[in-house]
Amino acid sequence: MDIRFSAEEIAFRDELRGWLKEVLPTLGDPPDSDDWTARRKWDTGWQRMLYDAGYAGINWPSEFGARGSTPTEHLIFLEETTRMGAPYVGMNFVGQLHAGPTLILEATPEQRARHLPAMLKGEEVWCQGFSEPNAGSDLASLSTRAIRDGDHYVVTGQKIWTSFGHVADYCELLVRTDQEAPKHRGITWLICPMDLPGIEVRPITTVAGSSEFCEVFFDEVRIPVENRVGDENDGWRVAMVTFSFERGTAFISELLGTMNQLAEMVDIARNTSRNGSSAWDDDEIRREIGRLQAEYDALWALTKRVVSQAQRTGMPGPGGSVFKLYYADVKKRMADLAHRMLEREALVLAEGSGDEQTGGDMVASRLYVLSLSIAAGTSEIQRNIIGERILGLPKER
Amino acid sequence: MDFELSEDQVALCDGIRDLCQGRFDIDTVRGLADCGGVDRQLWSELADTGVFSLVVPEDEGGVGLGWAEAGLVFEQLGRALVPGPLVGTLLAAEVIDDAVVGFMERPYGPALVEYPEVIDALLVLDRNGVWRVDASELSVEAAQSVDPLTPVGRVDLLPQGEQLMDFCYGWANRAVFLNSALQVGLATGARELAVAYAQERQQFGKPIGQFQAIKHKCADMYSREEVARAALYYAGCVMDVTHGPGLPADPGGYLYFEGCTIELGDTLGDREHQELVRAVSGARILAAEAADHNGKDCVQVHGGMGFTWEIDAHLYLKRAWALTPQFGSLDRHADRIANLVGADPLGHAAPLG
Repeated sequence: MDIRFSAEEIAFRDELRGWLKEVLPTLGDPPDSDDWTARRKWDTGWQRMLYDAGYAGINWPSEFGARGSTPTEHLIFLEETTRMGAPYVGMNFVGQLHAGPTLILEATPEQRARHLPAMLKGEEVWCQGFSEPNAGSDLASLSTRAIRDGDHYVVTGQKIWTSFGHVADYCELLVRTDQEAPKHRGITWLICPMDLPGIEVRPITTVAGSSEFCEVFFDEVRIPVENRVGDENDGWRVAMVTFSFERGTAFISELLGTMNQLAEMVDIARNTSRNGSSAWDDDEIRREIGRLQAEYDALWALTKRVVSQAQRTGMPGPGGSVFKLYYADVKKRMADLAHRMLEREALVLAEGSGDEQTGGDMVASRLYVLSLSIAAGTSEIQRNIIGERILGLPKER
Repeated sequence: MDFELSEDQVALCDGIRDLCQGRFDIDTVRGLADCGGVDRQLWSELADTGVFSLVVPEDEGGVGLGWAEAGLVFEQLGRALVPGPLVGTLLAAEVIDDAVVGFMERPYGPALVEYPEVIDALLVLDRNGVWRVDASELSVEAAQSVDPLTPVGRVDLLPQGEQLMDFCYGWANRAVFLNSALQVGLATGARELAVAYAQERQQFGKPIGQFQAIKHKCADMYSREEVARAALYYAGCVMDVTHGPGLPADPGGYLYFEGCTIELGDTLGDREHQELVRAVSGARILAAEAADHNGKDCVQVHGGMGFTWEIDAHLYLKRAWALTPQFGSLDRHADRIANLVGADPLGHAAPLG
């Protein structure tokens, strides 16, 4: 075990920091959260800047136009961009982290040439059409059907939780092409252009009042057969193979952003009066901040362990499910602590991005964290994965 | 950066685990309750293996490894429930020749001394340094310990003892670290026992581990243990690169803490010192809580049998309870971290002891 960075890794970090210091001040203010045109321009503009500087697709193999960096360099990249306040991957998420890797592994040369450079340059925004109203944790039971008609699949059904569906150009779409086969063996993976006739996108308003999620309705949408990735009825494997790209880096920006918030909580505590003194002088509050810091530090150490395992073996260790399960819980406790400090002020949601000193963004955060134990595999599913795949306990079914 | 066990480290863990399985099987461990927690013969086998001289440099007759390795070894000892004053005996190895050595902070009033019947000496840490108190100087009144494998006795007033060195800040951190390693091992052992039972015990015609209520409890046990383990290993690495006795004076390389690149030299800067304190105290909190919660969950998974003396679940929990009230309460460690991350860094990193 060696937590020291090599001279090469430090040089990579220094070069990146130099670049960030140069470009971040030129970005201006981020757009309003409900101005989707401006948000698309902001997110894809940042992607283009990454591309021009040679940082786009940092987790992709170098033959596809990116740097081919090691998992440790990817960790450094995410650490520096988060700490220095660079834009988040935003609506480039599906293209960069899911659809892109899937195409690299499974698509034809034509499909790759058509989409991968455009994804890297921020010219294509992708969304994910996996979950359905009746296929959530049990994703493989999805029922959106595709019927072959000559050179086309005719798709009818409904997808849900499609982030940025109303802004995206393409959708990675899972459809059922065989009704009779066992549920995992009748699924096909399609590239679906979002401007085809018969697609209707309806934004969903979340408990936080935001609307990046969408429902997507397909009514006899004709998708060319040449848009299929992998074989017909082999889509479940295609979708799952993407996870082999995972290097334990998925939550780095999220975790480090949370650690920044905890540092802000110290300021909030100092500026919140409590019993004639400040909340910082309240032993219970100060100690809970100390404990949360200990837990975030441990999760950062766990991340470094999983990334190191990925670097050694090409596959991350089992820490990913542990991380997600544990992190969702700790982050909820942090939001609850903010509310104990804020008392009546915890009723007030800040305008826009929020005022750190009054803790307004902490109030919004308390709503946002409700999704952490649900999205990308609920905490209950994570516990099943840990119990069955890691501990070897018997499957329920 | 390569924060995963090296081949040598894996081999070290395997070796200690084999030693524990061969010489400290659970019946043997339980039997040690009848001889004050330490059997001299078994203890000298641990010593001969190098368990207590791990961090003593090779040219002084030790194994010459670092704190990260010491943590791995102590984790295995905790997992096997090996009793005895393990922490004190390792820490003492550099300065005195005694075979079985207790280690404690000097209390303000009467003291509770662990393993009073078997120790040769007691190292006492206070604000003025590290002191050696000979076991013969102790006037011990019997007391019943919650942990049958951590016998204790009351001493009205600890003798001052012989001063071995001026206050050495590193001692408390090292003790906290080794204690945490034992606790991570306890959390692991308790989880393994619970999972094994959940696989084998049948109710309603199924192994109980098939029910989510039990499966999810086991998953939570594993999560706590893994997060605590990451914190422990990280703390061991920070100790080694900042003041590792088994390492060359200048380890070289770079550390990176929150926007600050540190080129490692042979002196310990303030920033490295802060990270050391934060890592060790953090590992301490997570390890102690993982051991406590996993001990309780292990009892619960066993149902009625978990409440019996016969099942080993209580031994993990009781050891966790014996190890936790040492070297600063968890609240004190949380304070240390909070003060470091607060706007008054370092100044409030109150020394333990």
